[in-house]
Amino acid sequence: MTTTSRIIVAVASVLLLGTFIQPIWKIGIEAPQYPEGMGIYIWINQITGENPGDLNTLNELNHYIGMKRIEPDSIPELQYMPYIIIGLTILGLLFSLIGKTPLIYLMVGLVMILAVVGIVDFYLWEYDYGHNLDPNAAIKMPGMSFQPPLIGGKQLMNIYALSLPWVGTWLMTISIFMYVYAILLNRKKKRVAAA
Amino acid sequence: MNKRVFFIAVSLLIFPVLFLTGCGGGSGLDTGDAAQKVYVKPGEHDEFYSFMSGGFSGQVSVYGIPSGRLFKVIPVFSQDPETGYGYSEETKAMLNTSHGFIPWDDAHHPSLSRKEAIADGRWLFINGNNTPRIARIDLKEFETAEIIEIPNSSGNHGSPFTTENSEYVVASTRFSVPVPNADVDISSYKENFKGTISFVKVNPESGRMNIEFQIVVPGIDYDLARPGKGPSHGWAFFTSYNTEQANSLLEVNASKNDKDYIAAVNWQKAEEYVKQGKAKEVPADYYHNYYDEKTGIAKSDVVKTVKVLDPKDCPGMIYYLPTQKSPHGVDTDPEGKYIIASGKLASEIAVHSFDKMLKAIENKAFDGDFGGIPVLKYDAINEAVVKDAGLGPLHTEFDDKGYAYTSAFISSEVVKWKLGEWKVVDRIPVYYSIGHLLVMGGDTKKPDGKYLLALNKITKDRYLPTGPMLTQSCQLIDISGDKMKLLLDFPTIGEPHYAQGIKADKLTKDFMKIYEISKNGNPYASKKIDDTKVTRNGNEVHVQMIATRSHFTPDNIEGIKVGDKVYFHITNLEQDWDIPHGFSIMGATNSELLIMPGQTLTLLWEPKQPGIFPFYCTDFCSALHQEMQGYARVSPAGSNVELRWWLDKDPKAPKVDTTKTEKK
Repeated sequence: MTTTSRIIVAVASVLLLGTFIQPIWKIGIEAPQYPEGMGIYIWINQITGENPGDLNTLNELNHYIGMKRIEPDSIPELQYMPYIIIGLTILGLLFSLIGKTPLIYLMVGLVMILAVVGIVDFYLWEYDYGHNLDPNAAIKMPGMSFQPPLIGGKQLMNIYALSLPWVGTWLMTISIFMYVYAILLNRKKKRVAAA
Repeated sequence: MNKRVFFIAVSLLIFPVLFLTGCGGGSGLDTGDAAQKVYVKPGEHDEFYSFMSGGFSGQVSVYGIPSGRLFKVIPVFSQDPETGYGYSEETKAMLNTSHGFIPWDDAHHPSLSRKEAIADGRWLFINGNNTPRIARIDLKEFETAEIIEIPNSSGNHGSPFTTENSEYVVASTRFSVPVPNADVDISSYKENFKGTISFVKVNPESGRMNIEFQIVVPGIDYDLARPGKGPSHGWAFFTSYNTEQANSLLEVNASKNDKDYIAAVNWQKAEEYVKQGKAKEVPADYYHNYYDEKTGIAKSDVVKTVKVLDPKDCPGMIYYLPTQKSPHGVDTDPEGKYIIASGKLASEIAVHSFDKMLKAIENKAFDGDFGGIPVLKYDAINEAVVKDAGLGPLHTEFDDKGYAYTSAFISSEVVKWKLGEWKVVDRIPVYYSIGHLLVMGGDTKKPDGKYLLALNKITKDRYLPTGPMLTQSCQLIDISGDKMKLLLDFPTIGEPHYAQGIKADKLTKDFMKIYEISKNGNPYASKKIDDTKVTRNGNEVHVQMIATRSHFTPDNIEGIKVGDKVYFHITNLEQDWDIPHGFSIMGATNSELLIMPGQTLTLLWEPKQPGIFPFYCTDFCSALHQEMQGYARVSPAGSNVELRWWLDKDPKAPKVDTTKTEKK
């Protein structure tokens, strides 16, 4: 592999760490009583509010419909995801040192699998929160689930929830494109060299 | 309805409407125009905040201008059962004084903190007139943060006007009394009675106040005050009356002299004298109340000494400026060149020149002395007299175009006059008997102009009648054009003596929405469900309770006995803006609590008989607010009912894990 491609692979791998400094998903919330807006950010290792008290507030509101409290400490994904990301970064850096193109294909595959698994996991997580409601909840809406949308907006009683991938996910996507670009660049160089 | 009749009816309605709008700008019909100017669309915000003193209500009210809408009443000197201020264990100490706990005062003059003579929106100071005190309101929170008592003072009227950079707020005593106070013949006034002028230092970081020094002055009545600005920065001016030194029937006996005095105090010089050790540290006894930074609980320091300067030892520190008979307000113009006082019994406004005053001092243009303080020659200091300024002129404020506005109590009007030309150019009647007036930012270096508020004492027929006791009122006057225009009347709480106005965006940039629960240092706070508990210590029972939508934890309590002192420490665990919870319990002889998100407040309850006593949330917090209730069981004294508490669980279980009840 060319030096340029190796550098791109290295940078792309380091860029994966961007998910530590930016959330990967955002669920924005609009409700008549919250003109100032409210929302939660999902990170690879934590869940935070758009405003400091938002997570707490959302839990308070959710308890009326019997939804489980969102307790970041009790979500295992948030515990092991950071290791996976760090692992991928180290792997990517290692691959850039070794400099074999098939390894970069593998890298693209791994990151994409992580993304797909992550999204499926997120969906299941949302499904669980939206459907497994406390039967003793004060407010019951027969036949209605409170599952937030995966991507896009959805009206849930008085709340409009808008779910979108956030900066961390975009950084990851850029990483994938960079890996692909490194592969293409390498191929082109090879062809030029061959010719 | 017959169609034709309908059309005729409609045309008849439309015609006058067209006619009226067509004549909108005319003299008698500019109400439409006025309505437009004060109309703030639903959901939109006013351009200015106005803080009005509540007078005998002891509080401060917060209004929006130009709409005249009341947003909040900030409890300051009076107990407020609505919020629990002055009742809750956390706030009680704010009302401590050397005379004991005082549930009321008479609040007159709000004064915004300032930087370079422009309001900076950090704090609002206000005086307690009856039991001399100054309060500081924090404008991030819109709550009273501190109250300091003024020793050696009686009737803290000329207060708490703020110096150019909030170095000091001032306080002059209205009533002279023996200093230190003593049991003497009232008729020995001339011999024994003294006045004091106090300088209360404001910490530039925290806002914390302390009495830096006092000046003992001859015994007369000191009335109002105003620090200088710009060139006159470093000086402060205090009007007086009763230079006759009468102690009875003042309306006659204090109205004899043709001239009374403005005391001009060079406080920077006074600071030097203090530094040189000229001040005597004399015994005193006054209270300083503020919230402990860690616990958020109000506490009182008792201060036992105060530094006092005697003008005899401090030449050049204070002078008397002779001024038209019994002046009331004293004001300095935005450029700080003039000292303006209204002779309230002289129907004219005296304009003294600060420059001339300095020259007169330099040239020793004295007219003898009064009680050892040099009296400057009137002709040497006076710049002009504004004639025809209404009857009973009281206070003057300024706009951004070089005009001054003076309130006239007896003739019930506002008089507009030009600085430099000293001529009245416009006047407008007000309804009725105006006291103070306010131009937005009109006491600062950069008035905003635009609006003037007339603060009226009498309303008679202006509103729907409410029996013998009527509201006092504020009138909003447009001063943007050549002619003053009345825009709006609106009622006020208590008696609005004086007010302050500030551009709203100076405060809305940075204000507090919630109290952060992580910073709650109240020793009885419950920051999580596991912290909630009930403990007994002799006959004291402490209930650590959480309020959150829509229940109290715990909400069932047993084991309280007649004769117990039960402290309900309620923590509002919400971190959501505008979600207060209330707490009240049947038979409580004090008040309710209104607890803001993240706050802990404590109500003392002393049950007098056995039984079941419900408590509930008083603030409609949520759809299940009505369900937010609980029971306290009170057993006879000496009974052996076990102390137990719970939420939603088997009553026999002594401790509750509510996280389970929420998750299940």
